[in-house]
Amino acid sequence: MPAFPKKWLWALLAAAFVVPLLHPLLPDVVSDYRLFLVSTMIIAAIAVLGLNLLTGFNGQISLGHGAFYAVGAYTAAVLMDHLNMPYWATLPSAAIVCFIVGYLFGLPALKLEGHYLALATFALALAVPQILKYKWLEGLTGGVQGIVLSKPEVPFGLPLTEDQWLYYYCLVVMVLLYWAAANILNSRSGRAMMAIRDQYMAADTMGIDTALYKTVTFGISAAYTGIAGALSASAIAFVAPDSFNFFLSIKFLIGLVVGGIGSLAGSVVGGIFYVLVDNSAQALSTFAKNDLGLQFDLSAYTVFGILLIVLMYLMPMGIVGGVYYLARSLYSMRKPQAKEQAALKQRVSS
Amino acid sequence: MAALLEVKGLKAFYGQTQSLYDVGFDIPAGGITTLLGANGAGKTTTLRAICNMVRTEGVVRFDGKDLGGMATEEIVRLRIAHVPEGRGTFTTLTVDENLRIAAYTRRDKAGVQADLDRVFSYFPRLKERVQQQAGTLSGGEQQMLAIARALMLNPRLMLLDEPSFGLAPLIVVEIFRIMRRINEEDKVSMLLVEQNAALALDLADNAYVLETGRVVMSGPAAVIKNDENVRKSYLGY
Amino acid sequence: MEQFLQQIASGLANGAIYACVALALVMIYVSTDHINFAQGEMAMFSTYLSWQLMSWGMSFWVAFIVAVAFSFVLGVIIERVILRPLHNAPVLSIVVVFIGLLAICNSVAGAIWSYLIKEYPSPFPKSSFGIAGVIGPHQLGVVLVTLVVLGLLFVFFRYTPLGLAMRAAAQNPQMARLVGVRVDWMLALGWGLAAAVGAVAGIMVAHIVYLDPNMMGGILLYAFASALVGGIGNPGGAVLGGFIVGVLENMVAFAGNQVEKATGVYIIGNGEKLTVALIIVIFVLTVKPAGLFGRVVVKRV
Repeated sequence: MPAFPKKWLWALLAAAFVVPLLHPLLPDVVSDYRLFLVSTMIIAAIAVLGLNLLTGFNGQISLGHGAFYAVGAYTAAVLMDHLNMPYWATLPSAAIVCFIVGYLFGLPALKLEGHYLALATFALALAVPQILKYKWLEGLTGGVQGIVLSKPEVPFGLPLTEDQWLYYYCLVVMVLLYWAAANILNSRSGRAMMAIRDQYMAADTMGIDTALYKTVTFGISAAYTGIAGALSASAIAFVAPDSFNFFLSIKFLIGLVVGGIGSLAGSVVGGIFYVLVDNSAQALSTFAKNDLGLQFDLSAYTVFGILLIVLMYLMPMGIVGGVYYLARSLYSMRKPQAKEQAALKQRVSS
Repeated sequence: MAALLEVKGLKAFYGQTQSLYDVGFDIPAGGITTLLGANGAGKTTTLRAICNMVRTEGVVRFDGKDLGGMATEEIVRLRIAHVPEGRGTFTTLTVDENLRIAAYTRRDKAGVQADLDRVFSYFPRLKERVQQQAGTLSGGEQQMLAIARALMLNPRLMLLDEPSFGLAPLIVVEIFRIMRRINEEDKVSMLLVEQNAALALDLADNAYVLETGRVVMSGPAAVIKNDENVRKSYLGY
Repeated sequence: MEQFLQQIASGLANGAIYACVALALVMIYVSTDHINFAQGEMAMFSTYLSWQLMSWGMSFWVAFIVAVAFSFVLGVIIERVILRPLHNAPVLSIVVVFIGLLAICNSVAGAIWSYLIKEYPSPFPKSSFGIAGVIGPHQLGVVLVTLVVLGLLFVFFRYTPLGLAMRAAAQNPQMARLVGVRVDWMLALGWGLAAAVGAVAGIMVAHIVYLDPNMMGGILLYAFASALVGGIGNPGGAVLGGFIVGVLENMVAFAGNQVEKATGVYIIGNGEKLTVALIIVIFVLTVKPAGLFGRVVVKRV
């Protein structure tokens, strides 16, 4: 998957930091509610990024990443609620716990491939809400009622609202995680990961320790999605078992597929996308009923389901991949030498 | 008289790789034609190409009808029976079921029963094992089953891919003898692909020699059999 | 003792449901090498359909037949239109499509019929038959209907030409083509039958678990466990696996209840059923992937 042009990334990043500060000028556009929404999009992006590391870059299908998200969220919740841990410290804690859980799941997963791994992770996702409601864990997890938390306080007396602080907190975490992932993927380890995805037997016989890479990747992937879960615990200030059902894993899958399997930038796009559709479901439904004459409510999941199927036909590379290739082919149609130059640049920089 | 099977300028591809470049031959009705050549010459691919099991270009005509673009199962329904490399036995089905599935497309119950009886007369060993799971048969028996199954299609043309492969010489002789009977008594034309050139040339009327996807020699089997140069260069004996 | 027999009986009834769904899964797996993750939701949708037909005045068994027939057609259409074009696509694409189907079936059912739990009638009247105190009429009816359906399928596959053709197409598609079998249509028919069997299971279980768009999730998981226990390539094994898992599930819950009664300590009960299924799935996949009756497939390089 070609790397996203660096210039665009820096520009986006700068915009992301500056725009919320425009609040005094555009209080309705850059409102607290909007910032909260964008924070949830950032959290979603991190979760999808985690899934992409495992499925997109390493070829291990997971239908159960909601489980790791739940583990991360509950780890953070329990630590904050029972041990009064500060919210920022829950991130590394959740990361470690989820890495271990992911690694442990990755061990039996070594024997499974394709449909069978999908099946095992599907089973995991279905069972998660029940596991969280287990009687013996109720003391920790709060059972069906869950745990109520509080949103992160704005530190150092900065002149920000809670939602603005939350936004920057999530943004910084995501940038760091994205940067870390990009570095891993560009290194020898990253190439080994992808070799395992593309040609497993060749990788194995070439001396790559496939078992180690697969299990560690499982762990890292779980850690990423777990961090997202921990962030969401702080952001929503609440965790309950039924929010971590199978449909959460479907949303991650949508983010993965829409954004692009094997594309980091695509993961971000994918995460933003599914939050957007999820939140627009009500509006979509009204539109469908009034303007399209639909007799029933249109659920976000119907849209997701149709998209999942359609994208497998039309744009298996996801939106980012599709747009990128479209832009590149349009650009190279206008300037023949630019195409050679671009190709040369890419080879030198990769 | 027009040939039963006409092949002209046949090319075949496995994905992007080209395997046949220019194959052409005719099979007269009622005769046995053999395709010879070294390993990798394209003999099996030619049989597959006739049944559209691989991507092809060129012309294949059966009894005047162009087979281009037809699905394999539709070509078979024109009464072309292909006995593939490796026999293609349905291993978990019984001998009886293997035979009955071949008659699946036929509507004439009496004809099917008659063919079944005839097949058992050719291959009494199959009758003994009729309820046995086909995967438990010996190699020779599975080859007999494959030919019997082809007969149950009531074919006009049989394509046979290396029927002697992996079989003991005595069994091979028996099978070839039965093939001669089938050709003469049931008037089934045959296209035989064989590594064992000597055996094939004894059975066949006409021969074509393939080398790297092209026909390099053709003629009556008797002539080719006696041509020492051809035998040494292409057939290895 | 009576309670113990009751548990076995209801385990068999549940097992009958799992057997049907597991059989549907195995039928699709054997012919296409795919696992139909949407099996449960498709069955649920058909069950809602039958409910709708009954609310329009049809009697139970007429609605049953119409819904099952409709599921058959739907299965054929799904295979021909959605899955056939993707038959060479990578595994991930196919898995994604199945999840998409799952999401569509679930959300459309919820949209049309709402997420409110509904009661579903039983065709087996309360006082008709059954062994008092051991097995109720509906449970016994479920087992009987299941056995009838399974029997019909067995006869179909074993003794009819079409059934033979489908078995041949599943076992060796290329050779099946070489005897003139239209393999593509055989796969579509297999899908139709699987969808129909799933619908039977859904309609039978609706009275027990109540009608709701999410009713088949747990059942699907148990069906997976059953198919794996029996050997995922083996239809007979799937059926046997279903009954084994059904009884096992109830025995575990029963044992947990007894322990709690005796000692006051809650270890396991009805709330952990999905977790038990998960453990069975993971256990079988990692320790004995071929199940009791299946064969392990060696991957060719």
